[in-house]
Amino acid sequence: MRYQNATAYRFLAPYLLIFSIFWLWPIIDSFLISFQATRTVPWRFAPTFNWGRLIGDPAFFNALKNTLLILVIQVPVMISLAIVMAVLLNSPLLKARGLFRFAFFAPVVVGEVAYSAVFRLMFNLDYGIINKLLNGIGLPSVDWFTNVTPAMAVIMMAVTWRWAGYNAIILLAGLQSIPEDVYEAATLDRVSKVKQFFYITLPLLKPIIVFCAVLSIIGTMQLFTEPFLITERGGPGGGTETLGLLLYRQGFRSLNFGYASAVAYTMAGLAIAISLVQIWLTREPK
Amino acid sequence: MTSHSRVSRSQARLGRSIALHLFLTPLALVWLFPLWMMVVFSTMPDNGIFSPDIELLPHGNFLDNVSNLQRGTNFIGAIGISVSVAVTYTFLSVMLTSMAGWALARYNFFGKGMVVAIIFGTITLPYAVVLIPQFIMVARDFKLANTWVALIVPPLFNSLGVLFMRQSFSMMPHELFDAAKVEGVKEWRIFLFVALPLARPMLAALAIILFLASWNNYLWPLLINSKPGAMTAPVALGTLIGLTKVSWGGIMAGAVMLTAPMLVVFVLLQRHFVAGIAAGAIK
Repeated sequence: MRYQNATAYRFLAPYLLIFSIFWLWPIIDSFLISFQATRTVPWRFAPTFNWGRLIGDPAFFNALKNTLLILVIQVPVMISLAIVMAVLLNSPLLKARGLFRFAFFAPVVVGEVAYSAVFRLMFNLDYGIINKLLNGIGLPSVDWFTNVTPAMAVIMMAVTWRWAGYNAIILLAGLQSIPEDVYEAATLDRVSKVKQFFYITLPLLKPIIVFCAVLSIIGTMQLFTEPFLITERGGPGGGTETLGLLLYRQGFRSLNFGYASAVAYTMAGLAIAISLVQIWLTREPK
Repeated sequence: MTSHSRVSRSQARLGRSIALHLFLTPLALVWLFPLWMMVVFSTMPDNGIFSPDIELLPHGNFLDNVSNLQRGTNFIGAIGISVSVAVTYTFLSVMLTSMAGWALARYNFFGKGMVVAIIFGTITLPYAVVLIPQFIMVARDFKLANTWVALIVPPLFNSLGVLFMRQSFSMMPHELFDAAKVEGVKEWRIFLFVALPLARPMLAALAIILFLASWNNYLWPLLINSKPGAMTAPVALGTLIGLTKVSWGGIMAGAVMLTAPMLVVFVLLQRHFVAGIAAGAIK
């Protein structure tokens, strides 16, 4: 095997430089900062200062609880919905395919700020279109943003709306890579469509479903913009505060970089655990 | 097959088709509803948005709302910044990552396994982890807060393009590049004039995804460019959300200005969009 070190590194150098400065080093640095007291000048090494505070901080456990709650409910609902969208969009019986694709995929290009503004306005108590429509069919208005449960529901609906189509795109690509003759054989053997879905489609799609789930979990874990803008900085009273918002508050409002880094590394720990589960779930059978 | 079973087969097909459309149409309408309401709100005067009537059709107030928005924040200027940043970022990121992808696809070199392992191994780490050190470095150490460099350069670490382009180049016939090499063509010319033109569809998909990411990026620009004249469009719009005396018609007009161009691009280049998103998953 011939080595071409000089040529290869000339092509790699510009990217590797940026990658090291703005990704690799910060990953290490963040870990180091989490072990320092950063509100004194100069910073000093104090290994238990932030981590000790973290494990006794009710605000941290509140944010962790909210984040996990959103994860546990929103991700399965969204992935199931994305599977349904992908399977139905893939149906040869579907007419006006382009219109349906547009409806489900369009949210993928909508920015977080734009859609947060719309959802906030739609769920307004007195003048929001959602409450007007509820009243129109004889239901009472819901005070979406002053109670925790409906506020959480709005966040979950917003995130699901924004990302279901994104996952459906990935799943649809996976569906289209399943060879047609598998289904033809099953149809000849008079296997019902529903059975085909559960015994052919789902098992063959499993690695991609797991991939989508991991991607969504890691994305939702860092949820920031929606509770920042839709429920007004994690309101009501911290009811929708997430780890992402806590990190923002600690790091960039209180300028407590050490503590914010400890929060960030908690997320990293969760992400690593989830990636390990993914590897375990999609391992090749021996 | 008897004619009877053929009839019942086609009836079953028709029934399935009807059920499919009966289920999917309402779901599609629900999904389109927020976008539709964004357009409706952006064309309504504020006293129309905050009235007890149900309004589901656009009015004619879009331009008034734009000027209301412009009174609250220099949104047009912020759009200018966002466009320039997204264009520059997309160009630089496509160049950097396709060069790196090329190196990984074509050459054997010392440390290759480690470079691949580090890029792949850290890809699922949450972005939140690097936020604090990046901010300290860019704002305090480099003193680059509220500059173009701060908006464009740090996000270039994104490794999506490296993986995507490595994959694209390694699927091309290597004999082609080797033949050019035998002819005495230099490696960087092979890359620029043989490999890149062949990769055009992949480059288009990558560029669209990167442009969209930069255009919609919110958290980093919010942190690093918070001075009014240096804000990107999403950040400028975000500052208005939650203020008590604010024109919601104006905010919605801004949301439409952020979203509509991307929707047009999406409709025109849907194939590339879908390819770019799906490429993240199919290895």
